[in-house]
Amino acid sequence: MAGKTLFEKIWDKHVVTIVDGGPSVLYIDRHFVHEVTSPQAFAGLKDRGIKVRRPEKTVATADHNIPTIEQELPIRDELSRFQVNKLALNCEEFGVPLYGLNHKWNGIVHVIGPELGITRPGMTIVCGDSHTSTHGAFGSIAFGIGTSEVEMVLATQTLLQNKPKTMRINIDGELGNGVVSKDIVLYIISQIGTGGATGYFVEFAGSSIRSLSMEARMTICNMSIEMGARGGMIAPDETTFEYIKGREFAPKGTEWDKAVEEWRQLPSDADAEFDKELQFKASDIEPMITYGTNPGMGIGISSSIPNLEDIEKSTQATFSKSLQYMDFMPGDAMIGKKVDYVFVGSCTNGRIEDLRAFAEFIKGKKKADNITAWIVPGSHQVEAQAEEEGIRQILEEAGFEMRQPGCSACLAMNDDKIPEGNYAVSTSNRNFEGRQGPGARTMLVSPLTAAATAVTGKITDPRDFL
Amino acid sequence: MPIDKFVKLESTCVPVPIENVDTDQIIPARFLKATTREGFGDNLFADWRYDKSGNPKKDFVLNDPTFSGQILVAGQNFGSGSSREHAAWAIVGYGFKAVVSSFFADIFKNNSLNNGLLPVQVSKEFLEVLFQSIEKDPKTKVVIDLENQKITLQPNGPSESFDINPYKKKCMLNGFDDIDYLLNINNEIESWEKAHS
Repeated sequence: MAGKTLFEKIWDKHVVTIVDGGPSVLYIDRHFVHEVTSPQAFAGLKDRGIKVRRPEKTVATADHNIPTIEQELPIRDELSRFQVNKLALNCEEFGVPLYGLNHKWNGIVHVIGPELGITRPGMTIVCGDSHTSTHGAFGSIAFGIGTSEVEMVLATQTLLQNKPKTMRINIDGELGNGVVSKDIVLYIISQIGTGGATGYFVEFAGSSIRSLSMEARMTICNMSIEMGARGGMIAPDETTFEYIKGREFAPKGTEWDKAVEEWRQLPSDADAEFDKELQFKASDIEPMITYGTNPGMGIGISSSIPNLEDIEKSTQATFSKSLQYMDFMPGDAMIGKKVDYVFVGSCTNGRIEDLRAFAEFIKGKKKADNITAWIVPGSHQVEAQAEEEGIRQILEEAGFEMRQPGCSACLAMNDDKIPEGNYAVSTSNRNFEGRQGPGARTMLVSPLTAAATAVTGKITDPRDFL
Repeated sequence: MPIDKFVKLESTCVPVPIENVDTDQIIPARFLKATTREGFGDNLFADWRYDKSGNPKKDFVLNDPTFSGQILVAGQNFGSGSSREHAAWAIVGYGFKAVVSSFFADIFKNNSLNNGLLPVQVSKEFLEVLFQSIEKDPKTKVVIDLENQKITLQPNGPSESFDINPYKKKCMLNGFDDIDYLLNINNEIESWEKAHS
């Protein structure tokens, strides 16, 4: 019998029972909750007159809908304020720990889970947010769910799930100068498309992945949903253990040794078989940028937008609609294109390493006059760390300001909206029509490319400066 | 939340022949501030449907009286992106009971099934025939027979079988919801917790 994959080891351990001819009942170790996708679920519990089964396995934060300035004041937008207050009321009523606005541990749900040591290898983790796949970087099964499913997990700590197929994506070799983990994941999505991994749980492997820091790994797993995957994961190793050790909720003392011993058993067995396996070479990847309205419409920054005849016939109408929205022409070069906004932040690239990379790049340079830049840390802890390391000062000296933590312009639920028709270079995860504000035009990039663009005022290859 | 039963549906269709329709298009994020499930139908496809002043855009299919019905027919990879169940609520709220496409995003499919909205996955060829037939005659009816897992273009076909998980099929046919099922196996969940604590 073939060995087991990382995914199968965790999945099999968490199956409570299997419904006849149907899905498995999967036990959930950690449930992250935020203000946008939970109110209807809590209301469902109230209607049924039931409690949260395991409040101690549940953690809530407010992130999607909060302002990134003047967080000390009441939220101005009435609906946002009501929703954030609703979360607080629900958490109090149901006994769920809440790291709400202004709490020292507040931040984007996928940033705080890892930084507090709540996210750990071998766990099953869910949240009513598709970027829950981020937590898979620790070697856990982590995936986004809808609100009905949020209610299921609150009520029963389990979820009905069909077992997905498994895929391994190997990336080997050394990354080129100026190429970072965001470029790896944008490259993979550009190769396989936004539905390329639908129905699969993906394990990212290979020497390029092994060489990455935890935060860089999170960026990759974060965007596995953008290739359609149920989730993405990376086998835990010394880098993982080193990251977790000593964090707030990490196991301590003998518990720690025992945990690490268990985690070492998790990586896929050498003879484990995947339903599908893909190979990519790090040397083929250059800094990436998207030109269209889904994350699969990405190219190396030095290339040009494809011509219509290079696009599959059935997709041509969608391709043209997309370029029309962006006001780009087929065959256009990306370098030198006009940019109005630069957004650095989100659960994809709002961690301390991202701010460090950005700050290091712009240090001693100046923000271009035509650029409005929003630098938004992923959490209060990231903000504090940036302060401590002098990053805020470097930013300010170069004409940038650091805002307060939150999801911000990634989905523009708060006031951080890119104005209609404006171009934004963004380190977030989605370039959908209107994602960053009605009519906003988004180009997804790494923090390095965002930095290069912020100082020149137009799309710029970061390698020009390196 | 108990869901509506779905057994058999005969209806005209509303075509959206665009690929990769993401949940931000189905319901933009700024409409996600509600704390109930109601009212999302009014903002279904909001940015394609209304201009800046909130007036209906004439060229979008939902504003074209030629097309109506309870079946939404959409291009491949429908429902990609965000996990927001609000997308399913918006489609159901508008009055659709089924979505037909050649490919669905995972989370959207689950969310639909949890709200009594049937995702019907057909072949690319069948989808093409559907789009052409609807365009030629907007009064074209389609029958979706869940019991026999069959979708048929009226009056004389063609017809195609579609897949659905047997458990989910039972839920849809009977209007059962997953939470009732899970609450009923509380003993098994408790034993699992004891064995793994």
